[in-house]
Amino acid sequence: MKYLHLIWAALFRSKTRTILTLLSVVAAFLLFGMLDSVRVAFASGGDVAGANRMVVTSRFSIIQPLPYSLNARIQAVPGVKQVAFANWFGGIYQDPKNFFPNFAIGPGFFELYPEYRIPAEQLEKYQDTRTGAIVGAALAERFGWTVGDKIPLQATIFPNETSGNAWTFDLAGIFRVTDSKRRGEENQMMFHWEYFDEANAFGSGNVGWYIVKLADGADANEVAQTIDGISANSDHETKTQTEQAFNQAFLEQFADVGLIVSAIMAAVFFTLLLLTGNTMAQAVRERIPELAVLKTIGFSNRAVLGLVLVESILLVLIGGLIGLALAAVLMPGVSASSNGLINLPTVPAQTWAMGIVLILAIGLVVGMLPALRAMRLNIVDALAGR
Amino acid sequence: MNTLIEIHDLSKVYERGKERLEVLHHIDLEIAEGDFMALMGPSGSGKTTLLNLIGGLDSPSGGSITIAGQRIDEMSGGELARWRAANVGFVFQFYNLMPTLSAQKNVELPLLLTRLSASQRKRNAAVALKLVGLDDRATHKPNELSGGQQQRVAIARAIVSDPTLLVCDEPTGDLDRASAEEVLTLLQRLNREHGKTIIIVTHDPKAADHATYTLHLDKGTLAEQSAAVA
Repeated sequence: MKYLHLIWAALFRSKTRTILTLLSVVAAFLLFGMLDSVRVAFASGGDVAGANRMVVTSRFSIIQPLPYSLNARIQAVPGVKQVAFANWFGGIYQDPKNFFPNFAIGPGFFELYPEYRIPAEQLEKYQDTRTGAIVGAALAERFGWTVGDKIPLQATIFPNETSGNAWTFDLAGIFRVTDSKRRGEENQMMFHWEYFDEANAFGSGNVGWYIVKLADGADANEVAQTIDGISANSDHETKTQTEQAFNQAFLEQFADVGLIVSAIMAAVFFTLLLLTGNTMAQAVRERIPELAVLKTIGFSNRAVLGLVLVESILLVLIGGLIGLALAAVLMPGVSASSNGLINLPTVPAQTWAMGIVLILAIGLVVGMLPALRAMRLNIVDALAGR
Repeated sequence: MNTLIEIHDLSKVYERGKERLEVLHHIDLEIAEGDFMALMGPSGSGKTTLLNLIGGLDSPSGGSITIAGQRIDEMSGGELARWRAANVGFVFQFYNLMPTLSAQKNVELPLLLTRLSASQRKRNAAVALKLVGLDDRATHKPNELSGGQQQRVAIARAIVSDPTLLVCDEPTGDLDRASAEEVLTLLQRLNREHGKTIIIVTHDPKAADHATYTLHLDKGTLAEQSAAVA
């Protein structure tokens, strides 16, 4: 600790250069904090233990439909309190850039999602209207919809038997999400599966996935195994998983989150290594006479090596911690804008731990060469400016 | 007086590629404790090399250097570093202060290698600064001080750990006459009142006059010795 003022003074010897380097480190670790949090969130949904709501999909692919007939059989599994189902629709409102999730839902869906608050009279109207639809408040606000409006969607997968790709829904209700961190889920639209099943030209009797609510005290692992056992060795084998794992699988239809995060971070940290390494090399080169003086007055080679290494680690540590802290502050906003796919209150501990390991590793790597140079410095040559 | 430094048959050869340059040839020299010796000679005569060897900054190619009974030519790099920290104070021509540290913190630097507490280090540095007449400039950074003041801070740094020996390489070479006089008078006082053994390398006969005697080096050999008038 007694050397801290010496290291600090060396670090800020060239304030502009140090601050610019720090900003690069902050940006890199902000990006790392946010991307790795998303990766962790998507990679941490596999364990069903402790879950009270699970999703049943085809074992082979979530775009593979399951028979509606499973509904009653799943309902009969001990430990299952309630079952609902849904089917991805993928309709477009006016323009493909207006994307929002929209899907057909079976009866009882909203009972499984009590966090979606719908006024009772609107829910009743929805249930009484065959072409009725419910949208989230954020979506209604985005397109200026009010209850009673007609919402036309263009089908991209399921054409309508009578009207081709044009489907029209009557907006019966608007739901709000109670948890402010999940506001992104208000960007969805749901409508009756019965209407979808009867009118779509691709055949009937299929659903995309089942949602299962467990009875109090039910063993999630046991229930999942029993449900999957129903369809074992059939042409529609199932996979029962948590909602988080389902969301992860859903997103991975479009992209491998882990791979993308790893690739981006590899590029970012490689650039950071070059940048910070150059800063440290330049900082030591400029201080050769000062380092020679330290050795002259009795600092050992090892002490000089240590001073430069700690300086390098401190540079990355300050920037890295600021970056990770900023990511922690910004993560709720990312969660809110993920349409419910990510539910992260902040940067998870796993990301913090990985971030700190990276900080130490980068600090050591970028500091090692300049530190070795400082350690091997010949006092007489350095003082003579050779 | 007791002999502090004994140099016997000292040689120094630099080899740069195929070139072999013998800078010091078989020097024999004794310096007593409490001496104030000036080392003069033309450029390239080996003055700074001899000073560096006495200060433990460089290793001889041959011969021996014994200081206060210790053979410093036989010490390893780490041992030499510890020996320098405890026994030698250095003053350079261009002061070589840390530009980002205050005068006080610059003077404290050698004390970081000791077991003294922060408050003791601060107190000792304050005493050293007072001794060189700069106690009112403790918080100033080097660029806020004149050349003479910076050199006095460097002297305070050299004496703060109370070394037996002060080695000074052209300590007045970058100063105007008045500042140089102040610095030389200060060194003289450290020698007379505090018993420091001082060796200065200089080109300036007026500076050498402040020493008790002067040795002349020429082409790596001790040429003559003359007593100063001071």
